[in-house]
Amino acid sequence: MSVGLVGGVRPRGAARRGPGVALSHGLVMTRRNMAQLARSPEEITIYFSLPILFVLVFGYVFGSGMRVPGGGDYREFLLPGVFAMTMLYGMGATATSVAFDSSRGVVDRFRSMPMARSALLVGRCLADLLRGVLEMAVLVVCGLLVGWEWHRGPGYALLAVGLVLLLRMAMSWIGILLGLLLPNPDTVGTIVFPLAFPLTALSSVFVAPELMPGWLGPVAEWNPLSATVAAIRELFGNPGLGGESWAAEHATLLAVAWPVALVAVFAPLAVRRYQGLTD
Amino acid sequence: MTATAIEAEGLRKRYGGTWALDGLDLTVREGTVHGLLGPNGAGKTTAVRALTTLTRVASGRARVCGFDVADEPDEVRARIALTGQYAAVDEYLSGRQNLVLFGRLFGLTPRAARRRAEELLASFGLAEAAGRSVNGYSGGMRRRLDLAASMIVVPRVLFLDEPTTGLDPRSRNQVWDAVRSLVSGGTTVLLTTQYLEEADRLADLISVVDAGRVVAEGTADALKSRIGGDRVEVVVREAGDLSATAALVGRVCRVEPAVDAESRRVVAEVGDRVAALTDVAGALRAAGLPVEDLGTRRPTLDEVFLRLTGGATDRRADDGRDTEREGAAA
Repeated sequence: MSVGLVGGVRPRGAARRGPGVALSHGLVMTRRNMAQLARSPEEITIYFSLPILFVLVFGYVFGSGMRVPGGGDYREFLLPGVFAMTMLYGMGATATSVAFDSSRGVVDRFRSMPMARSALLVGRCLADLLRGVLEMAVLVVCGLLVGWEWHRGPGYALLAVGLVLLLRMAMSWIGILLGLLLPNPDTVGTIVFPLAFPLTALSSVFVAPELMPGWLGPVAEWNPLSATVAAIRELFGNPGLGGESWAAEHATLLAVAWPVALVAVFAPLAVRRYQGLTD
Repeated sequence: MTATAIEAEGLRKRYGGTWALDGLDLTVREGTVHGLLGPNGAGKTTAVRALTTLTRVASGRARVCGFDVADEPDEVRARIALTGQYAAVDEYLSGRQNLVLFGRLFGLTPRAARRRAEELLASFGLAEAAGRSVNGYSGGMRRRLDLAASMIVVPRVLFLDEPTTGLDPRSRNQVWDAVRSLVSGGTTVLLTTQYLEEADRLADLISVVDAGRVVAEGTADALKSRIGGDRVEVVVREAGDLSATAALVGRVCRVEPAVDAESRRVVAEVGDRVAALTDVAGALRAAGLPVEDLGTRRPTLDEVFLRLTGGATDRRADDGRDTEREGAAA
């Protein structure tokens, strides 16, 4: 066997550095993650079935018994909640892929290569955002089919989608950290679901916080998920715009501040964990 | 004097309560294949992880290609490649996509990356499977793809951590051929292995590692002569004949034989194996002792370690990773 060592490829030399290299490596990693997704259609199918199921079950089964404060169609109220919820659950997919990579030694290989340290994580985050766009496209179509629509024009609607993707970015970094902390991909699901489910229930995704008893209402109002949901309900012109609390009045501000704060906390933690993945 | 590719001095690293590396010294000359031979948990993988900048040692210093692994990790990474125990390729991508990806990360243009990928796929006998997802590859194909990925841009030093563990003999030979071909191009190889035969076939120099340090070093021949010669082995039919057989073998071979009651086995170290075998066979027949099996064999790895370390193999859980990964691979 000849390995074709010469083959016009120069032998390895000094390390290449700089922001251009980091960006190009990040984009290569993004492409890698997207190619993975394209090669596992079953994952996409499973992935989309949950939010669509939520739309159908809550929209039609429970929806008949649901009340929207201030009136309005429950399915119009529900869809923005499902958008945000899908971004939250995306955290699980992120964590699973990252854990899968680290359990298989792929991360070791990348870390022993002369590539930008940030590339793997940045690439993962960018791929998650692209995936988020795909998810939003599917959910918007699903929403339009069940009678949801945007009422304030495409400009505000796009702004709303931007806020949803901002949330996805925050969830992506939490997912990356979780994936690096839990090196066994099989345990990720069992950790992420119990974490994500109460966050969804204790938010304005399915039920308006004003209708929740006593102390639960404020908890739900301050939930990062609720901030995004309330803000995009407003931008889409959908019903159920919270009460008169500070959190409800400043939903758009919170919908930006929460994800930014979460990224500011979790991205450095994830990068540190990645660089120090020694054992 | 030949230049030094790897230089490690007094590497120490602790996992939990045990020192996975306990003062490991290593010098590898440029352009040679150096074998790190040791049982599971001896610290081989930890040594490789330290030298490839993946883990920091508690004390000691190491230089690879003249660069300090702790202070100049980028420079080290630019010159090395690592093929670990578990094939580090992407399950969901095809063989070709994997190689193109790594080529791009090494700074090749898309076109150059594709061309290099095709060359390597052909060299490693993966051209036919190139478009298929790695999911469907056999263990040997994965390992070959993994090696190919290490060779996209030819490294100055290649670290091979148990490259053939779990492979069938044919795949093992293919991996060995690939390594030899790489070495002929001037690359230095640090190879860890549990297989004496592998070290024997590939390595110019072998360091025997136990409990996190090098306990013996030399060429394969030198080590073997330290370990001792061939063995004559007799398996008796009736356990009751063991002591009589042991006495007979001891008399004929003029050594104290080892007796294993459980497997009804008598083993004696001998100088000239053909003469010893003939003599023992004749004496057994003359004494009328019924024998199930009789033969000669080379020293086993177990015996190497018993001799060099005075302890049993597999007694620690050092790398923990070692066992974990093999478990995952199985």
